[in-house]
Amino acid sequence: MNLLDPQGPVAAANSTILVDSVFIMLVIVVPTIFAILAFAFWFRASNPRARFQPDFVYSGRVEMVVWAIPALTVILLGGVAWIGSHQLDPAAPVPGTGSPVRIQAVSLDWKWLFIYPDQRIATVNTLTVPAGAELNFQLTSSSVMNTFFIPQLGSMIYTMNGMVTKLNLRADNEGKLQGLSAHFSGDGFPDMMFDVNVVSPLAFPEWVATTAKTDAVLNEDSYKKLMQQGIEKGRPIYRLEDPRLFDLIATQHIPPGPGPELASEAGRPHSGGHDAR
Amino acid sequence: MLGKLDWSAIPFDQPIPLIAGAVVLIAILAVLIWVVVKGHLPYLWHEWITSVDHKRIGVMYILLASVMLLRGGSDAIMMRIQQAVAYQSQGYLPPEHYNQIFSAHGTIMIFFVAMPFVIGLMNLVVPLQLGVRDVAFPTLNSVGFWLTATGALLVNLSLVIGEFARTGWLAFPPLSGLSYSPGVGVDYYAWSLQISGVGTLVAGINLVTTVLKLRTKGMNYLRMPMFCWTTLASNLLIVAAFPILTATLAMLLLDRYLGFHFFTNEAGGNVMMFMNLIWAWGHPEVYILVLPAFGIFSEVVSTFSGKALFGYRSMVLATMAICVVSFMVWLHHFFTMGAGPDVNAIFGIASMIIAIPTGVKIYNWLFTMYGGRIRFATPMLWSVGFMVTFIIGGLTGVLLAVPPADFMLHNSMFLVAHFHNVIIGGVLFGAFAGFEYWFPKAFGFRLDERWGKAGFWFTFLGFFITFIPLYIAGMLGMTRRMQHYDVAAWRPWMIVAAAGMAVLTIGVICQIVQLVVSIRNREALRDRTGDPWDGRSLEWATSSPPPVFNFAFNPDVRGEDAYWHMKAHAQQQSLERDRPEYQDIEMPRNSPTGFVCAFFATIMGFALIWHIWWMVILGGLGAWATFVVFAWRDHDEYVIPAEEVAAIDRVNLEERRSLISMAGAA
Repeated sequence: MNLLDPQGPVAAANSTILVDSVFIMLVIVVPTIFAILAFAFWFRASNPRARFQPDFVYSGRVEMVVWAIPALTVILLGGVAWIGSHQLDPAAPVPGTGSPVRIQAVSLDWKWLFIYPDQRIATVNTLTVPAGAELNFQLTSSSVMNTFFIPQLGSMIYTMNGMVTKLNLRADNEGKLQGLSAHFSGDGFPDMMFDVNVVSPLAFPEWVATTAKTDAVLNEDSYKKLMQQGIEKGRPIYRLEDPRLFDLIATQHIPPGPGPELASEAGRPHSGGHDAR
Repeated sequence: MLGKLDWSAIPFDQPIPLIAGAVVLIAILAVLIWVVVKGHLPYLWHEWITSVDHKRIGVMYILLASVMLLRGGSDAIMMRIQQAVAYQSQGYLPPEHYNQIFSAHGTIMIFFVAMPFVIGLMNLVVPLQLGVRDVAFPTLNSVGFWLTATGALLVNLSLVIGEFARTGWLAFPPLSGLSYSPGVGVDYYAWSLQISGVGTLVAGINLVTTVLKLRTKGMNYLRMPMFCWTTLASNLLIVAAFPILTATLAMLLLDRYLGFHFFTNEAGGNVMMFMNLIWAWGHPEVYILVLPAFGIFSEVVSTFSGKALFGYRSMVLATMAICVVSFMVWLHHFFTMGAGPDVNAIFGIASMIIAIPTGVKIYNWLFTMYGGRIRFATPMLWSVGFMVTFIIGGLTGVLLAVPPADFMLHNSMFLVAHFHNVIIGGVLFGAFAGFEYWFPKAFGFRLDERWGKAGFWFTFLGFFITFIPLYIAGMLGMTRRMQHYDVAAWRPWMIVAAAGMAVLTIGVICQIVQLVVSIRNREALRDRTGDPWDGRSLEWATSSPPPVFNFAFNPDVRGEDAYWHMKAHAQQQSLERDRPEYQDIEMPRNSPTGFVCAFFATIMGFALIWHIWWMVILGGLGAWATFVVFAWRDHDEYVIPAEEVAAIDRVNLEERRSLISMAGAA
């Protein structure tokens, strides 16, 4: 999950900006730290060779330099921030090969639901995507806030109930990555890690076809069971009955997930769920 | 009868909080019994609890902060151990307990350690530096302190009765709403902060008024010591920002108690509104904390370099610039909500702009040292340590202000490391520097240097050993607030961080030992002149500890670094005429208003948390009645006769004269 080992263009651009910004700042930070230590050492009271200048308390030149150095650095970094914010806006398109894959992510208490509306399938805690294709994420939450984050693909974004956020990513290399929630959401929060399988563009349709054959169906009823509080150790897969399910969740036609009291009444009925404790 | 309160509120099944609570309770009882048996109660009551003397109140603030630092530090130790062991396992703390600990740690460290520490130092020092006899509203000052203590008491009560919030230190809805946090934890959080928030607000009003209206003769704005300027800026921010916190928490409480929908998922509530409001308070809050620390470093660096502060006017400008701009950057705490690129870029750049005046401050301290004759007493060590540490924290802070970088690092361990870097490296180092620097002024004897220096080095090294690994863990994708994890790459760094925590703990122990050793050797460490560091500002012009009236005569200020000016121009006669004509001094009477009011506020807060409505009314009426009684008082001042002033002042004058003549003979 190393941020400096990006597996997609967004993460690569993010980490480039990160590293560049650090180096721009180090150019003035390192000499400053050095000067602090050097001045503190040289002007120690016990050093007879240091010249005592008690009246050196103002110098217009020094003042100009000390205001100018941080100001220039910030002007430079401000440019980086301005350009970077626009180029790396989470909603900005990330062109890729092949047709884009639409994925609708819902953070539940305490698992991730990934809906593929065009493929009519859904998965929990596993995200399977083709390498090289643009990934269009729409994200919302069934209850409390979470943050969707795959460190090696870049740019995290909040999921909020009743709201939809947009994020475009691309994974360039096949392999397994990990994602997580980056915003604390309650007792099961640390178990909101999910697998990201980046497969070849040819293997993706195969995976879709296999998944679509499953017996488990995701519809309003099974979704309501899924959103009960609990953690999910398995990796359930579903056939998607209604491709508008995400819209129903995001527009609160399906009401927000129940909290702990209701969940205990319902007795955590869904399969594969484990108590967080 | 007792609302939601019953025996199930006591966590009999959880040994850790129960034992911790029992130990604390026994300690408190033991101290109380000792106080009563030894007959110290009247002394405590008359000299401290009901005192409206700004110095006494300042000391009590710092005492509260120190005790709470131990509590918050224990939480930190438990968290570091949990994350060191909870790799592919549940560790030793279950989530519902771990989540309370990190929430309590943040709440306590900000509201009940950092805030009272800096407010305590400002209380203690600012009236002395301004050359006046007290703050503008002495009784209100006492009320402010005791309400802060109420908040701290309620937070600690949650350890044994009920639970604390499990939502993080800012209690974001909807998680903190009634649906997802039905317990009393969030109520403990919100009511503690509401009550202590009132205390902070009145402290802020008091100090702003003091700086603006109560300055001695000749102390115009551009002659004030830097610490007074940063106090002014910080308290202006308190006055402007704390009402936002109060309003935000009030809305959250309305959601929880009366079924409102400000921040709920349903019925048009908006969680991002909470996010915006809480950070509109929260970002100024970090400057409320760090500005006074900047002031302390300005005093310390200048004193121990034997020079006036370099670029004083520039520093004033930088301070006020930070004060203003700090209100315009709050959105950088949630770049990742999906706002447009323009919004993110503008707030990112605004956040960087704060780095300019902050950078200027660093350079001005640097040039204050240039050409100086630097004595490395403990306060100076903390200051140099701060400058080095804070620059690194500033670097990572500006990095987080770059939105694309923040998209990778937001809410990660990198962020955790960053804000500890600026809050420990800035605020806490500043508080410790101020503590060491002004301790002799408050108590009349210096602190032991050897233990103080050991404390500095362990804390300094411990800080880096603890938090550099957290920076690295953040770069490895580790997010904050994880009760357990399965990623092998994070493990080694968590273990190193736990080791660093041990080093930090040794640092804290050194400082406790320092205090004990210094109290034992206080005769050897006695400061008889009132000016142990060869100081420059007016607090050193009076005895240590200062008499209740601070100055027998209002000092006449003729320039910057007022006391240095007097010493340099042998004008001590202005303070120390041969036969000065002492006059009667009027001082405010002690008042139990603050303590009694806080007593009722505690009852009311506790009752509100547990829905015990009759008790809410009782507490509310009691607090109100206390104020009515205070408002109807007939005598609010007493007179110290001129002879008594003369007797007190002459002792100090003799000490100073003998010192001067000794210096003359040598």
